[in-house]
Amino acid sequence: MEKDVVLETKDLVKEYRIGQINTGTLRGDLQSFFARVFKKDDPNIKLLSDQYYDISNKTHRALDGVSITVRRGEAVGLIGANGAGKSTLLKLISRITLPTEGSLSYRGKVASLLEVGTGFNGELTGRENIYMNGAILGMSKAQIEARMEEIIAFSEIGEYIDTPVKRYSSGMFVKLAFAVAAHLDADILLMDEILAVGDVNFQDKSLKRMEEVATEEQKTVIYVSHNMTTIRRFCKRCIVLEEGKVVFDGDVEEAIEVYLQRKKRGYTNENNVSELPRRYCPNRLMRKVSFTACKLLCGEDCLVKDKSDFGMEFHFSAKETIAGAKLKVTFCDATEQPVASAISEAFDIHEGENRMQVSADISSLQQGAYSITGSLMQVSSFDIFSYYDNVEQMGFFDIDPEQSGLLWAGRIWGRNKLPPLRIVGGESSE
Amino acid sequence: MRALSKDSQQITTITPRKKFFELNFIETLRYKDLIGLFVKNSFKTRYKQMLLGPLWAVIQPLLTTIVFTVVFGNIAGLPTDGAPKFMFYMCGNVLWNYFSSTLTGASGSFSSNAYLFSKVYFPRLVAPLANVLGNMINSGIQVVIFFGFLLFYIIRGDITPDYALLWLAPLLVIQATLLASGIGLLLASVTVKYRDLTMLISFGVQLWLYATPIAYASSLVKEKLPGFFTLYMLNPMASIVEAMRKIFLGTGSISVKYLLISFAISFVLFLLGVAAFNRAEKTFTDKI
Repeated sequence: MEKDVVLETKDLVKEYRIGQINTGTLRGDLQSFFARVFKKDDPNIKLLSDQYYDISNKTHRALDGVSITVRRGEAVGLIGANGAGKSTLLKLISRITLPTEGSLSYRGKVASLLEVGTGFNGELTGRENIYMNGAILGMSKAQIEARMEEIIAFSEIGEYIDTPVKRYSSGMFVKLAFAVAAHLDADILLMDEILAVGDVNFQDKSLKRMEEVATEEQKTVIYVSHNMTTIRRFCKRCIVLEEGKVVFDGDVEEAIEVYLQRKKRGYTNENNVSELPRRYCPNRLMRKVSFTACKLLCGEDCLVKDKSDFGMEFHFSAKETIAGAKLKVTFCDATEQPVASAISEAFDIHEGENRMQVSADISSLQQGAYSITGSLMQVSSFDIFSYYDNVEQMGFFDIDPEQSGLLWAGRIWGRNKLPPLRIVGGESSE
Repeated sequence: MRALSKDSQQITTITPRKKFFELNFIETLRYKDLIGLFVKNSFKTRYKQMLLGPLWAVIQPLLTTIVFTVVFGNIAGLPTDGAPKFMFYMCGNVLWNYFSSTLTGASGSFSSNAYLFSKVYFPRLVAPLANVLGNMINSGIQVVIFFGFLLFYIIRGDITPDYALLWLAPLLVIQATLLASGIGLLLASVTVKYRDLTMLISFGVQLWLYATPIAYASSLVKEKLPGFFTLYMLNPMASIVEAMRKIFLGTGSISVKYLLISFAISFVLFLLGVAAFNRAEKTFTDKI
């Protein structure tokens, strides 16, 4: 390893098995084992291939030959769609899990902030938790003490530092967690969306602190985010991951461009969505309904011409007939931030294949690239949603700038243009 | 710009691990402050918001000893090899308490730290090591109480410890520690995959108590079930408890043969436990 290189990965591969690893009980595994030995039918195979389980010996390569080199003092952004392998890479670097193939070397200590408040124990006070976190990093008591005052001051916790953290508000908790991580004696800091926490002032302060850490303290920061704004502001270099591979490594603006283009690549106005990953859908109600396809009624170029009548067609298959379901379509901007949603009236889903055409008035959305998230859901009488299915990035479309009027600065003004302001009163002095 | 410390230059390389047995003792020792904090914090959280606090460490074995003395000593009238009943049961109980809590604690190394393990890296052996130390301190308090009573009985002339064998006592404690951690770590590794075995642990430890001369003397087994005595003494804890009683209470006898077998079993189980723990540790976060 060269002298100023702090992190180097060579052909890193991480494989996960898909489906259930075993039957989960010793009895079941012994049964399967003896069935194999005596060449009989495995009694558990049938059970597990039941519709609610998904057993297969397929493997999924979360990372597929990743080789990167990071030098001291660099602030590197890591972007990619959900499931591209960003978090897996961080997990490998922080040694939470081991690679399947390849190797990884780093200099000094790694501190990970994969989740806020990692290693915080609710029963212990803020101060005790600072010691604990430092010790987890392998720092000695004296080293932690040397930075204690700095951490307490940064966290804005003040006199509550000697109160058990279980009594902290979530904001205080997050602030303390960040303060600890940003001041501990690590050479490489891994952050996963951490800056999206705390109030605006604190976020700003955190970003400044991270810049300071990278430039003045010569530490290396690897930052994963979906928020292109913070990536732009903070990182000098950016790596784009796609399906476990590095597809771009270099300038931040270029990387963001590559990422957005990659995301759109392979999509037309008509997409098969049955295999897309499902998130934020913990109770898929036994997979009664699944989206299979999404078609945007806007021509092959995916450019929306008539914003007041934007047509979409959804296909979904249902295992049974369901009454009173609703369809929700959420529009997200290029940084995957939701900007607006529209919900349909209640309709009935019939057993078998369903096709449904809807039209949305998206006049207020301004120019830019958008993706849509479709959800089929049931709204109970208490206004509680339960999702049958929820698929992100079912389709992509672009909106051109409006012919007349101002060029809309979406990044600063937001993506929605509301109807013109009406002047209803006021006076001017002479 | 701060000068870079030696630590910042140290290179760590991670590859898919292939070694069967790997003990990262040096790395683990670098984390001695963390071990200390683990121990301290487990005490703090255990006794926080409690009326009697650490007194529980004393109350529990005392009450158990009293119950054993009444039930097994007085009601059932089991012989105690001539030792005062109270001391006979207390010696067994303190030792068993240490053994069972170390075993149970070690078996929970993964499950009770699952959250932490899935978020940050530190040598995983820190958790079982902290468990052993914590239990040693806890039992240390009990041992002090035991010595207090022992002194009382010695002064009264009811007990004459075997002073010549006193050096053996710490070795026996180490042996019990190896045995308890070994089995605990084995169980910890297996329960990562098979959750249902956690049921077996508390239940198994309870049954094991009756297979060990805690509530009775092993001489009773020799007398009533002579055919099973060899099998009975293969329980490594049996020799440890018997030897401990011989040392401090001066009753019973030490069988060198069984003690050596017991030590061999403990040592092998310990090595197996650490090896299994290392294996389980590497894939643990992918399995929970």
